[in-house]
Amino acid sequence: MKPFLKTTLAALFTAGLWSGSTSAQELLFWSKQAKPVEEAQAMRDKVLSGFEGDVDFQPNDSGPWLTRLQAETAAGSGKIAVLGALHGDFTTIADDLVDLSDIDLGDTAMNATFMALGMLGTDEQKYLPWMQATYVMAANKKALEHLPEGADVMALSYDQLIAWSKTMAEKTGSPKFGFPAGPKGLKHRFFQGYLYPSYTNSMVTKFASAEAETAWTVFKDLWAVTNPGSTGYSAMQEQLLSEEVWVAFDHTARLAGAFNERPDDFIAFPAPAGPTGRGFMPVVAGVAIPKTAPDMEGAKALVAYMTNPSTQIETLKATSFFPVVDVELPADMPPAVQTSGAAIAAMSGAADANPGLLPVGLGDLGGQFNQVYVDAFERIVLGGEDVRAVLDNQAEELRRIMNEANAPCWAPDAASEGPCPVE
Amino acid sequence: MNPRTLPYWLLAPALVFLCVFFLYPFSLVAWQAIATDEGVLTTQYLQRMASHWKFDRALTNTLLLTAAVVPIQLSLALLMATMVSKMNRGRDVVLYIWTIPLGISDLAAGLIWLAIFDQTGFLNSALFGLGMIEQPVTFLGYQNKTTIFVAVMLAEIWRATAIMLVILVAGIGLIPKEYNEAAEVFGAGRWKRFTKVTLPLLKPSLQTALVLRVILAFEVFAVVSALGGTNLPVLMGEVYDWQFKLQDSHIAASYALLILAISIAFTLLIMGLLRTPKGAQTT
Amino acid sequence: MSTAGGRVAGNDRLAHWVFIATTVVLCGWVLVPIWLLISNTLSTASEVNSFPKPVVPSLNTENIQFFLTFHGAGNALWNSIQVAFATMIMAISVGAPAGYALSRFDFRGKNAFRVLVLMTRAFPLPLLALPMAILFIRVGLDDTVIGLAIVHTTLALPFAVLITFSLFSGIPIELEEAAWTLGCNRLQAFRKVILPLVLPGLAASAIFAFVISWNEVFAAAVLTIEHRTLPAFLLQSLDDAPLHLKFAGGTMLVLPALIFIFLVRKYLFAMWGIANR
Repeated sequence: MKPFLKTTLAALFTAGLWSGSTSAQELLFWSKQAKPVEEAQAMRDKVLSGFEGDVDFQPNDSGPWLTRLQAETAAGSGKIAVLGALHGDFTTIADDLVDLSDIDLGDTAMNATFMALGMLGTDEQKYLPWMQATYVMAANKKALEHLPEGADVMALSYDQLIAWSKTMAEKTGSPKFGFPAGPKGLKHRFFQGYLYPSYTNSMVTKFASAEAETAWTVFKDLWAVTNPGSTGYSAMQEQLLSEEVWVAFDHTARLAGAFNERPDDFIAFPAPAGPTGRGFMPVVAGVAIPKTAPDMEGAKALVAYMTNPSTQIETLKATSFFPVVDVELPADMPPAVQTSGAAIAAMSGAADANPGLLPVGLGDLGGQFNQVYVDAFERIVLGGEDVRAVLDNQAEELRRIMNEANAPCWAPDAASEGPCPVE
Repeated sequence: MNPRTLPYWLLAPALVFLCVFFLYPFSLVAWQAIATDEGVLTTQYLQRMASHWKFDRALTNTLLLTAAVVPIQLSLALLMATMVSKMNRGRDVVLYIWTIPLGISDLAAGLIWLAIFDQTGFLNSALFGLGMIEQPVTFLGYQNKTTIFVAVMLAEIWRATAIMLVILVAGIGLIPKEYNEAAEVFGAGRWKRFTKVTLPLLKPSLQTALVLRVILAFEVFAVVSALGGTNLPVLMGEVYDWQFKLQDSHIAASYALLILAISIAFTLLIMGLLRTPKGAQTT
Repeated sequence: MSTAGGRVAGNDRLAHWVFIATTVVLCGWVLVPIWLLISNTLSTASEVNSFPKPVVPSLNTENIQFFLTFHGAGNALWNSIQVAFATMIMAISVGAPAGYALSRFDFRGKNAFRVLVLMTRAFPLPLLALPMAILFIRVGLDDTVIGLAIVHTTLALPFAVLITFSLFSGIPIELEEAAWTLGCNRLQAFRKVILPLVLPGLAASAIFAFVISWNEVFAAAVLTIEHRTLPAFLLQSLDDAPLHLKFAGGTMLVLPALIFIFLVRKYLFAMWGIANR
């Protein structure tokens, strides 16, 4: 019919494209972490090159990451050997992961809290902790002269942060505090692990309490002196480098770019404190093996390799995520590690420290749990809706999620029997 | 070959292809919108979608954007296509330049336009350099929904007009020059020739260009998310959120069905308005 | 026209200048953002982050070099080219006959078919990716160039079918009938008379198929591992990259598509001479 297409040639050509995979020895490391090009490059060249076998490190956005994993699980066979993701990503896929408790970690001393988190509320070791991070504040040194009188930047309160941001806005003519409220920003962890614990000493139970109302009112005050471009921010290092903002709150790995590029211009300091202490929360990434992994032995060897102290140090250099095992850090660390490391030490060592834990036992409702906080933010702060009405409304949704997941409370909420109550 | 069965033979490859690689996966997804995991038919997911507080905003924004962008793109593409057809020298170069955005993915387009409207971006740099502002303006702040909307409009018009342009250029090439010349002999002005000769003869291509563009407009997402952040929820963004963030594939499938329904409705409308006869009539 | 009076000639000259001015403005509208992309690519990291931005970049090639030396980029580029060409061939060879049938025959189910073709474009691909991936893993199409090309073909097919349909519709059926009376059979008439006329449409379909395949990220990221395409390889990670690398990566992705359009562009109006029939 269409000789110009030379259908026969086309058939030959396409037949050549049918070739499936040839090498089965390579282990596929399917990761949601270390996505930025430079980090991925460092993972391949520095971290994984030391492993005895060949590793194909492929970082992905959450969409493709999850879709491929679900497809392999449903089809009953796959290529993924090892998964790398955050604690929250694993909660939704716990059933598809193999038990890792038989992996011999040698004499590596793993953080016990994180090991417990890795069980995901089951009695199997669903993932092994891989690396950790947390959220801190960062500031351009130019901002320091505007600090309120008597304020210690290493021990700020929320009120002082607001006063500081207000002064900066007045003195420079534009708001200089930035908050990652964009579509890919990690704002939910701020509300769950920082704002709520600092004002209510709770994450779930007191979601709609009078203290929570105060917390949101305070945050609205902060928002009034926050750069309005914040609803588009995802990683604050960009706006710090462009000096669109001078002071910002974000994940350490998302601030690292600024510290590394211009180490002399920026400082890191602890998150602020409220009436019930200095709330903060760790972020834990883990490595796990899906039940469909083609080479179980190889996969387990790779998972064990990731927890080696020397691998952990290389990982820290590559990703700015800190080790989860006991290890002495060498002196030649990148500036970001030194700067944010000092801030984290000050935060966790503070007298008023109020550490929270990551949500556990939520199963595949983890995403909807986060959305409760994000929706509260969008409605109260962006939409200007009544605080009390929104909290009551969102509390219903939170209650439904906790009951459906049948998840007991975690720190800072007191342990509960049965699902964590929302008062 | 038998002329009665010939059309079916010609359609067969496409039909088989679509059934295996589209209808089959599609039916599996669509089923999730109307049935529970246990296979019981239900409308609860559609109801939950429609009662969610973001639903109205996402639907309105998507429709508004389409209504604002597509007519401008249509006029612009028509203008460009007629201009190209009138050119003698440089036609090649001009058409090539005008089709450049075609090669640019929506993600890259979002990146470019963010670099323009950003607080430290090119527009602010230019205004600042010309001394028109003293402080960078926050164009994309959450209070300036209109500015965000306009920015998204501009970016979409820039990015996706070429799709229509290419289709129309290929269509205009088929209009015999004699028609226009004949109309000119009878004293028809430029505008009259355009509306009475070119437009009617271009109908098949216009229909195709419009249908394809409108369908793509209902799936707008990457540019909106780059420029608008969370300020401008659209339907496609909700699909992503429910599928991958909230991980409720029932609601995600409901949104997808909604996008499909709107698209089909508008397709039928456009096909009805710009009906094409079988083969073109000759004079 | 040149014999018309002075007033008309003056009008014509004015129209001529308006025509040229409009052309220039529209070219600028397209090119300025492209220039910003390229200028940011050729800037240093600190220039990209500075305010106000410099007018002329420092022609720094570090960002480009980063991608040229990027582990596996060459391989990914080759995969992308294979997928794009396979998509093009499949979309046209499956789509053009259907477009011809739609324009030349009245038959039952015609409108149903047109809507079906469009549905592939109107339904969000990220949701289809899951059942497709399951299917592909089961039948062995997973992680093959042809498998991904099949997905991209479903995206490109509406363009191929509808564009060829609208062009075939623009060609008088009498032209074909004339060829039949002159002794051509249906196939010959198609080849000798119709085909040359729809070449621009085929070129347009080819451009769309190529560009759609080239820029598609989601399915590529899910369905290819060893045969990962360039966008899946780069764009996935670009999102979290520092600003200066984002721009460089964007430029690297755009260039091959622009080269392809450049090569095909002349076929878009190859037939202008002949249209004077």
